[in-house]
Amino acid sequence: MPLRKEIQYLPDFRLSPRIDQVGVEERAARFTKRSIKNESKKDGLRLVLNMIDLTTLEGKDTEGKVRQLCYKARHPHDALPGLPAVAAVCVYPSMVKTAKKALEGSGIKVASVATAFPSGQAPRDIKLRDTRYAVANGADEVDMVISRGKFHEGEYNFVFDEIAAIKEACGQARLKVILETGELGTYDKIRRASDIAMYAGADFIKTSTGKIQPAATLPVTLVMLEAIRDFYNKTGKMTGMKPAGGISKSKLALHYLVMVKEVLGDDWLTNEWFRFGASSLANDVLMQLVKMETGQYQAGNYFSAD
Amino acid sequence: MRLEVLKTYKIYIGGQFPRTESGRYYTPENKSGKKLANVCLCSRKDLRDAVVAARSAYGSWSNRAAFNRGQILYRMAEMLEGRKAQFVEELVMQDSAKAAAEKEVNLAIDRLIYYAGWCDKYQQLFSTVNPVGSPHFNFSVPEPMGVAGIIAPQDSSLLGIVSVIAPVITGGNTCVVLGSEEKPLCAITLAEVLHASDLPGGVVNILTGKPEELNPWFAGHMDINAVISCDENPEVQKLIREKSVANLKRVFFYDKRNWTGGEGESPYLILDTQEIKTTWHPVENIAGAGGGY
Repeated sequence: MPLRKEIQYLPDFRLSPRIDQVGVEERAARFTKRSIKNESKKDGLRLVLNMIDLTTLEGKDTEGKVRQLCYKARHPHDALPGLPAVAAVCVYPSMVKTAKKALEGSGIKVASVATAFPSGQAPRDIKLRDTRYAVANGADEVDMVISRGKFHEGEYNFVFDEIAAIKEACGQARLKVILETGELGTYDKIRRASDIAMYAGADFIKTSTGKIQPAATLPVTLVMLEAIRDFYNKTGKMTGMKPAGGISKSKLALHYLVMVKEVLGDDWLTNEWFRFGASSLANDVLMQLVKMETGQYQAGNYFSAD
Repeated sequence: MRLEVLKTYKIYIGGQFPRTESGRYYTPENKSGKKLANVCLCSRKDLRDAVVAARSAYGSWSNRAAFNRGQILYRMAEMLEGRKAQFVEELVMQDSAKAAAEKEVNLAIDRLIYYAGWCDKYQQLFSTVNPVGSPHFNFSVPEPMGVAGIIAPQDSSLLGIVSVIAPVITGGNTCVVLGSEEKPLCAITLAEVLHASDLPGGVVNILTGKPEELNPWFAGHMDINAVISCDENPEVQKLIREKSVANLKRVFFYDKRNWTGGEGESPYLILDTQEIKTTWHPVENIAGAGGGY
């Protein structure tokens, strides 16, 4: 794939900035201490809802389950009118067609995982076909996984070329690159993988598949947000961020928004540039919104499971 | 001469002893004006956290074999027996006479044994096989309701709280309990006893503070399925009834009840927090033979 003109030289990825572990963790902890007043909280919660990629990635997924999830995406909680819809529904390639049909006319995107998700252990031509299949079926966004094994072997060129090739196969679809930070091990490696992904053409970088623990954490996301900021300063190109897995409480989601605002600024506070990959977060947000409306603590069994 | 090490009275949520989220405390006094302790003045957010803990403990507690629940209640009685002296001392500090205090602790222990026995027996007592006019085997059984919110009696520091908790958990429910406001010491020490017995964390959650402040939150919480209050005040009862309407929770007032007497323990108290489930099971009508159910 030809590189864009403004990127004349690729950096040496071995020289990606080193991360100060203690510093990053303390900085990330600070974001949880901000006081958020009720009015802002309400707006924040609505924004969180609007940024959610409602996800079902189970071996047991059926078309019925996917249609049900799409209904939930269009109608988060009809008892509370005026709620925004979620950003996208995230499914396996085999379910893209079903989701696309169920979401017709709603403006909600269909995201598909691809490239032998979640392990990524498959030859490149299979990954490319996986991607083309998803896009051909109507996926608006593709969530790929990087080859963590090759990354650990130091084969950064391999990882880079693979991402670039998938990006090409995506065509108009936006590409999210899953680093699977829980398997990378150190903040240094997370930063390096972020740099590789962005220079190779990622539209979004994403923390995790949700299949590995630990998934998204505040410090990991902070490292990636700083990589996005540095990349933006160098190239002028915006990259989106998607923490996924392990974010199930509204309060934590608000901490993430605070972090995005303080690291990247208001431009990133839209679902074009920031997403939450989550399945249970939506209901917690809805429960908080209804609590703010009625003044009473809510119970899970008054909200649809999916 | 050494300085006395005073106990910090903390609350009990999900099998842990946090301080109140609010950072507020109050200092109840006994009749002679002696300060009893610094006690957590719980807020609605402590209640919220306790309900989350109770709800997550509900599944495994309600599915546990009834016999095993009995064993655990018996274990609670055993542990209470071992801490008898401490409870007597606390009751005396809270204005009980020595003999009355000993009697109250003994009664509390006996009450747990009483309900331990009921754990696998009330089902038989309250289940029915119902006559129906079709070829069905029709039967009704009691099942636990879910999470109960309990505001414990004010005048009895130990026996009162034990008497309201025991029937609820005997029936497989979990609960959030607000201890006596003026006599809170035994409630927290009881939490330590529960913690040391085999009771899973979250089945009983104990808060301290003012009923006046927390009543509306108990009654309004959508994830609480029943409210039990021992308040005699008709205004308070009215408020609880009104607020409970939102999710149609059951409301019980155990007011004017003498916990030391025979009305202090009864299988009907278990039944209060049970739902009755009726099952229609088709049966074959063999060769038109009559009879059956």
